[in-house]
Amino acid sequence: MATIKSEPDDAVETGTELPTLWFEDVDVGNELPELIKMPDTRQLVMYAGASQDFVAIHYDLNVAKAAGHPTVIIHGALKSAWLAELVSGWIGSTGRLLELDVSYRAIDFPGTPVTCLGKVTGTRIENGVGLVELEIGLRNVDNVITTPGRALVSLPTRTVIS
Amino acid sequence: MNTSESSVITDHLRAFIGVESVPVIYEIERHAVERFACAIGDPNPLYTDEIATRASSFGGLIAPPTFLRSLLPGHYPEPYPEPFAHILDGGSSYRFMKPVRVGDRIAVTRKIVDLYEKHGRMGTMLFKISEQKYVNQLGQLVATQTTTTITYGDGEKDSGVGDH
Repeated sequence: MATIKSEPDDAVETGTELPTLWFEDVDVGNELPELIKMPDTRQLVMYAGASQDFVAIHYDLNVAKAAGHPTVIIHGALKSAWLAELVSGWIGSTGRLLELDVSYRAIDFPGTPVTCLGKVTGTRIENGVGLVELEIGLRNVDNVITTPGRALVSLPTRTVIS
Repeated sequence: MNTSESSVITDHLRAFIGVESVPVIYEIERHAVERFACAIGDPNPLYTDEIATRASSFGGLIAPPTFLRSLLPGHYPEPYPEPFAHILDGGSSYRFMKPVRVGDRIAVTRKIVDLYEKHGRMGTMLFKISEQKYVNQLGQLVATQTTTTITYGDGEKDSGVGDH
C-alpha cells in the first residue's frame, strides 16, 4: 500500500504556528477566548467592497438616518464573519467548522467595541468523529447579545475511536 | 388575524418558490481571499500564509467560511417582483461540507424556499428564506447558506434591494 506523506517537503519553512485543539481536551462549559472587535466606518466600507454588499445603509449616513438610525449600521454578515473567526481561530488548522447559524436580533453600530463569545454546550462522537456543539454570540457595550448563534465543529481525537 | 385580505404574497410572487437562479461560476482568487480576510480583520494564517497552509491538514490556502457571502448568486430567469423598498438581513445558516480553496471554481445558485409575512411596528414585513448552494469544479457540494431576508416599507428602493 502506498504511503502518503503527511507534509510537503518545504514544511520546515512553516512561518506561523497552527496549534491543534484535541477533542479530548474540550469539555461542556468551556468558554472560547473572547474576540473583541472595534469596528469603524472604514471597516464597513472595506467589508462592503470585499463582500460585494452595497446596501447603502452600511455606508450612506443619509440613508441610515432616513431609516431611523443614528448612524450607518454594521452588516449582519460581517458579524457572522467575526463569529466564524472566533470559532475557526479556536479550532485551529486541524478542526473543521461544519455548521454556523447566526441570527441578527438587534442592530450594531460602528464606534463601540463588540465582543464575540462562545461556549461548549455539547460533545459527542459520531461515526468515529469528535463533534463539539457551541453556543456563540456577539455582545454589545450595553451587555446585550445582539447576535446569537450556534456552531458545530469536528476536532481530531488523540485515540482511535471505534 | 386576517391575512388573506391584503397579502403581499401574490400568486406571481409565490411562483418564485423553488425556482433556481441562473448559475454563476467564480474563480476563487488569492487576492480576493486576502482582501476579504483583511476586511473582516481575521489574522488566521490559513487564508494568507501559503507555507503554513501547505504544512497544515488543508494542504493549501483556503477561504474564510463566510467568504462564500461575496459570491453573489445570479438573477432568476424572470425578474423577482420585490414589493418593498427597504431591506434587513435576518440571519444566515451555513453548512460546510468541504473547504473552499484558492484556485477552486465555485458555481453558485439560489432558490427561494419559503415566503411569509408578519405585521408589526414597521407595517407588513416580507420574510424570504433562500438557499444558496456552492458547488466546486469537481461537482462536490462544498457548502450551503440559508438566508432570511426581510423587506418592508414604501418609497424609493434602497440600493441593493433585490440582490439579497
